[in-house]
Amino acid sequence: MIDEHLAGTSNLLLYSAMASYLLSLIAYAADLAGGGREAKAQQGRGHTAAQLTTSQRRGAQEHASPTGSATTTTLTAPAPPRRRRAAAVGTALFVLAALLHTGSVLTRALSVHRVPWGNMFEFALTGSLVVALGYLVALARAQRAGLGGGRDARYLGTFVAGPVLLTLGLALQRFYVEAAQLVPALDSYWLVIHVFVAILASALSTLGFSATILQLLQTRQQRKDDSGQSRGATFMQALPRPAELEQTAFRLNAIGFVMWTFTLIAGAVWAQVAWNRYWNWDSKEVWTFIIWVVYACYLHARATRGWSGHRAAWLSLLGYACVLFNYLIVNVFFPGLHSYAGV
Amino acid sequence: MRTALLLLMLLAVAAVPGSLFPQVNVDPSRVAQYIAVHGTAAPWLQRFQVFHVYSSVWFSAVYLLLFISLIGCVLPRVRRHWIALRSAPPSTPRNLSRLPEHREFFAAGAADAVAAVVHTHLRRHRFRVILSTPGDSSSSTGGGRASSSTPVLTLAAERGHLRESGNLVFHLSLVGLLLALAAGSLYSYSGQKLLVEGQSFTGSAPGFDSFTSGAWADIADLPPFALMLQRMDVSFETQQRSQMGQPRRFAADVLLTADAAGNEKKERIEVNHPAKVGATQVSLSGNGYAPVIALRDGSGQLVQEGPVPFLPQTSNYDSTGVVKVPDAVRADGTPEQLGLQGVFLPSATLDPSGRPVSGFPDLGNPVLVMSVYTGDLGLGSGVPQSVYELDTTRLRQVDDGQGRPYVLQLRPGETAVLPDGAGTVTMESVKRFASLDVRSTPGQRAALIFALLAAAGLALSLFIPRRRVWARITGAVGTSEHCRVEVAGLSRGSDSALADEVDRVCAAIPTVAPTAELALLPSPLPQQTPR
Ligand code: HEM
Repeated sequence: MIDEHLAGTSNLLLYSAMASYLLSLIAYAADLAGGGREAKAQQGRGHTAAQLTTSQRRGAQEHASPTGSATTTTLTAPAPPRRRRAAAVGTALFVLAALLHTGSVLTRALSVHRVPWGNMFEFALTGSLVVALGYLVALARAQRAGLGGGRDARYLGTFVAGPVLLTLGLALQRFYVEAAQLVPALDSYWLVIHVFVAILASALSTLGFSATILQLLQTRQQRKDDSGQSRGATFMQALPRPAELEQTAFRLNAIGFVMWTFTLIAGAVWAQVAWNRYWNWDSKEVWTFIIWVVYACYLHARATRGWSGHRAAWLSLLGYACVLFNYLIVNVFFPGLHSYAGV
Repeated sequence: MRTALLLLMLLAVAAVPGSLFPQVNVDPSRVAQYIAVHGTAAPWLQRFQVFHVYSSVWFSAVYLLLFISLIGCVLPRVRRHWIALRSAPPSTPRNLSRLPEHREFFAAGAADAVAAVVHTHLRRHRFRVILSTPGDSSSSTGGGRASSSTPVLTLAAERGHLRESGNLVFHLSLVGLLLALAAGSLYSYSGQKLLVEGQSFTGSAPGFDSFTSGAWADIADLPPFALMLQRMDVSFETQQRSQMGQPRRFAADVLLTADAAGNEKKERIEVNHPAKVGATQVSLSGNGYAPVIALRDGSGQLVQEGPVPFLPQTSNYDSTGVVKVPDAVRADGTPEQLGLQGVFLPSATLDPSGRPVSGFPDLGNPVLVMSVYTGDLGLGSGVPQSVYELDTTRLRQVDDGQGRPYVLQLRPGETAVLPDGAGTVTMESVKRFASLDVRSTPGQRAALIFALLAAAGLALSLFIPRRRVWARITGAVGTSEHCRVEVAGLSRGSDSALADEVDRVCAAIPTVAPTAELALLPSPLPQQTPR
């Protein structure tokens, strides 16, 4: 039976998490703005932010390894990393929000005695939590590798807190359903596997999307800088270089692609059990296939001469557009066997 | 690569229309409906095969071209990779400082001892390593240029051939997957059967309501089996208000006779738990109600008795069905064809406009509402007819004697007397039916294996870095206290961890702080290399 009291607690936790995400977003945005101003000031002294982060990074490396080479020892001592109080506040609030969010997901799961991804609302709830946790893991790893310079991943904070908040708002507005038992069609351990992998894939694609957007913006910014007309948003100057963002986006999208592959496979196995055929071009199957092919295009493009970097990035954006389409449009408007997902 | 990219994009685009237009293989009735509604566009759409996109000429052309290109691309790479797998790591470039990662420092210990340390470290990190000492002919690269008095040892190491192996396994598995899919569609067969509680059927082609098979499927191969539906166990949400009427359990209790000896086996087929008969799978694809209707004609003859399946149209199981009686006889002895058409409502209530509808999917207040027709049922025309539809073109609706259409309403056990002495209709009871889908898809295990292989290959090809590391060690062999070391690394593709790899190699070597004396150690190369 449904524990309605616990389900209510879950909603309460969710609202608190959203408030905390919002405050975190504001703090992160303030940090970016501050970083931009500082970079501008540095620029006045003949440094661009990009150079600054590179040299800081090299400096940090030199300290980490006992083996500074002849070429790197000529570099200046690393500039002291900027004190980023707003970013620290943002991160603290983000951690709090993620804890509340986790509590919300757990209480939801306990209230219905099953995994919390039985309908679109729960998918969004859990998926955005995975995005948030993924960001925190990235932060923790960056911290271990040594904060300061280009390795500080907190620049991503704004671009993670924002989408997470947006997702939760949309889910509450559009897809909210009360905690309930599963319909028989979904009552299978394949729900646990298939949908969880789909959540991971979507979350990674989301993070990859954020990184790609930053990469494209930063590329444009750099072009402007190179042509001497630096007039873009100041906060951009606090971000890593395009090549580094491209690397980050690639890793996220690559893991995401493997997850999409497993989503397809697990989905096909489940379809064989539930509908007696593992592939029948149901509209949801079609769109997951399209997502997969578009991301395959992206990976190919990276290895194709004339397509790497910038143009490939657009393909990954297209891939993410397909992810959104599959979730928001296909689920709701396209008839098919998946449409009992309980909007 | 550019062709592959283009064809892949084309594949993505070509897959889209299949989700926008109804597809014959998914829902034929929606296709028919679409064609009926879009009179002018439909013939054109049909010409471009948009109602069966995934078996259309153009979609097939795209993926076949893609796979031809894939094979043409991958086979030469398999050969090259085979050669690469068995060849030694490439020899040390002359100028290591040009490589993306380069370290140079002084190490404590004799050159050969340091070289041994590096060798062990690289081996432990799964590198294939070649160590060239001054005596080797293979050490000529670089080594020959150092002053003859100071020996130079070089190590060339390489790891990550699995990356390319994974990539090849991935692409070749896709070919395997395609073949498995093709086999599946050529050799598969499927049949659908609607079975009311208490009924049974045999799993042969004529035993099904509808049956389709692939081009090469041998229908005589159907495993002999018989299936009897004992009970359809269904329940719906009755507690939680916001979820009222949501399905909670669909289960068909069946008796399955699958072996030659005729042993019966009890099975419970649920939505996510199909039954297996050999390689054939029996799954529950739907359920509904079948009121048991008895119809006596005007002469008192029992002309129809038995359950009549009504197909559910809404989530509350408002169900539609028909009864056709081609050989009724009127009270005066003249033959007459009778047709009944109407709805079955498991929990009848009135909607706001006063129309009878079902308010809940379970049996709360079962009511049968039917209109009666006489005339020509059209059964003799030779055109096959659906048992769920009444062709009313040559039928006349029976009225109640006052000019209004006659409508009968029955609860279980009730009997209605038709106007004009046409007979009586009784709803004796209500049974449930199960829709069963029986299907065999050979090649599905192969498809799964290839898909998993592809996924594994993909992971290797994306996450295994292909790295080369070289070390050049200059200094006296044997008793010397220190030597000069250069370490450099190079990656295939993007690899953000290359610097860490090179740093790890360096960290394995005991270092000494540079002193003026050490600086006199000859560098293997002139420092001034043009960049
Ligand atoms: C069914 C069609 C195909 C799919 C789904 C597909 C998918 C992929 C994927 C996902 C990758 C990324 C793995 C990696 O980066 O190592 C990849 C890499 C690659 N593919 Fe394909 N591929 C297809 C067809 C082809 C064809 C026709 C060619 C030949 C031109 C080809 C050549 C390559 C090459 C050379 C790479 C390695 C790129 C690199 O070094 O990163 N692929 N493919």
